[in-house]
Amino acid sequence: MRISGSLVTSALHLVEDRIRQLGAGGPVSTIDISQLDALDTAGAYVLVNTQNSLAQAGHRPRITGATADRARLIEKVASAIFEAHAPLQQRTTLSERVAEVGRATVGVVSNVANFTGFIGLVIARLVRTIVVPRRLRVTALFAQMAQTGYNAVPIIALMGFLIGIVLAFQGAVQLRQFGAEVFVVDLIAVSVLRELGILLTAIIVAGRSGSAYTAAIGSMKVHEEIDAMRTLGLDPVEVLVLPRLIALVLMLPVLGLVANLCALTGGAVMSWLELGVSPNMYVTRLRENTDIWHLAIGMIKAPFFAFTIAVVACWQGFQVAGSADSVGERTRASVVQGIFLVIVLDAIFSVLAAELGI
Amino acid sequence: MTATEHPPANNREAVIKVRGVMNSFGDHVVHENLDLDVWRGEVLGVVGGSGTGKSVLLRSIVGLQRPAAGQIEVLGADVLHGSEEEIDAVEKRWGVAFQNGALFSSLTVLENVMVPMREHLQISVPLMRELAELKISLVGLPINSCGKLPSELSGGMVKRAALARALALDPEIVFLDEPTAGLDPIGAAKYDELIRELQVSLGLTVFMVTHDLDSLYAICDRIAVLADKRVLAEGPISSMTRVKNDWVQEYFTGPRARAAQQKDL
Repeated sequence: MRISGSLVTSALHLVEDRIRQLGAGGPVSTIDISQLDALDTAGAYVLVNTQNSLAQAGHRPRITGATADRARLIEKVASAIFEAHAPLQQRTTLSERVAEVGRATVGVVSNVANFTGFIGLVIARLVRTIVVPRRLRVTALFAQMAQTGYNAVPIIALMGFLIGIVLAFQGAVQLRQFGAEVFVVDLIAVSVLRELGILLTAIIVAGRSGSAYTAAIGSMKVHEEIDAMRTLGLDPVEVLVLPRLIALVLMLPVLGLVANLCALTGGAVMSWLELGVSPNMYVTRLRENTDIWHLAIGMIKAPFFAFTIAVVACWQGFQVAGSADSVGERTRASVVQGIFLVIVLDAIFSVLAAELGI
Repeated sequence: MTATEHPPANNREAVIKVRGVMNSFGDHVVHENLDLDVWRGEVLGVVGGSGTGKSVLLRSIVGLQRPAAGQIEVLGADVLHGSEEEIDAVEKRWGVAFQNGALFSSLTVLENVMVPMREHLQISVPLMRELAELKISLVGLPINSCGKLPSELSGGMVKRAALARALALDPEIVFLDEPTAGLDPIGAAKYDELIRELQVSLGLTVFMVTHDLDSLYAICDRIAVLADKRVLAEGPISSMTRVKNDWVQEYFTGPRARAAQQKDL
């Protein structure tokens, strides 16, 4: 058998099929490569591979006509071929699936334990910082407050305004049937102040700041910056978590208040345009019919939401391990868990408030 | 020294031709009027103090950094002004191993080596796997490293895996950025040996940015010294001690250089 032309990586697809069928037409005693124009490692691999498979079929052909350089290359490649192939990903068996379920369950339990421990650690550090206030990183705190609070004002304000408009419009459609349009003010006030204002603010903040917390801490973890902090005697919780946590606990009520004000404004605009409820009337009803407790309950929830979002996000950041993929995975988990836990907390607060009759 | 004999000057072929290149970041000029030739089949070591733009030069040649002025030709193609097809074609003929490996962290070693093959070759996946395994074996990694993620590898193994990926398409030129930095001396010596062995058996041209004097003595055919924004001196390492420049003198006649030289002899 004689091979001519170029047996190189970029041309391999042209000959791959033909080479696999070699030897079907009877034994081959020599492979003559003296006519070959070019040969690289991939080409040499194909040659050696052909030689080996023909050897299995009965007779091992010799490779002839190789220049010194090519002989050396072929020898190098032949000696480098692994005895066995790297194992392919195997299909999962039933027992492996069962094991996977068990592993996931144990994982959840240990995650909860780990997370609870982290909450404890954060609270302990928080208490220490309250006792010794100079441990607080003031610069970092203000930077975080600007980042999570001040910079979020436009998006939160816009969201609140739109929520007010939507509530007024939807409420009006329903209430008009009973000629009770003016009650739209109560509808907006109660739903926004008690629930929607702070809940939606928390959801936006979980997406906006929670993800940023996780990604920032996670990429520091990947680059061993957290380890570096530990060796320098800095406490990562104190340096990274507390400023973020305190900033969020301080700023989320403010953002919630902004959302409330904007939602009430949006509702007022829509009520005026759509229902003919004048701004004066709107304010009067708001004052007379809306209990201050509605606002208070909303505001009371805010620090708890903030604490949850910040602790989940920072914890997820510390769970990042190894690769860039892990940062993405943990950021996703941080946002999902943050929002989920906020809604769970909100439900608990609703039940509590109902039981207490406020 | 194992350096191969240089072919006569008139029939050696320049695979990389850099002419009048100027690179700057803001006001800071890194290169000015820089000229450099790399001949086919040689191992060129690029040295220079920190901040002299060794890596910037490498990045300029492979198209990651666009010089403000000048001409760069690789394998006959103008990489700065050539058409997209021309540049695509020449990109398949070189491989780059970055300083920290730059392996894709979500892919296994085997998949990392297969990435350029999947992108540029039309061969079947089983053959790709076999070729990728071959490259991994060629750079001296064991078979069980194929399924590992980059985060599970040691520093030396990452460098080898990066070299395997750079060799995936059987390139003619290999660019290495600080190949032995961060390796222990034994690992570094083995890596040097590996590069020399591959260079000889695969007929590679190697463009190597390095600080490692041992590498320079052990495997480089020629040295190019970057200083004063240009290639201050080039030639075989034996000629370096005759260069009249303080930095070069200190670099090649200092205690570390003497130690490296003795080790090699």
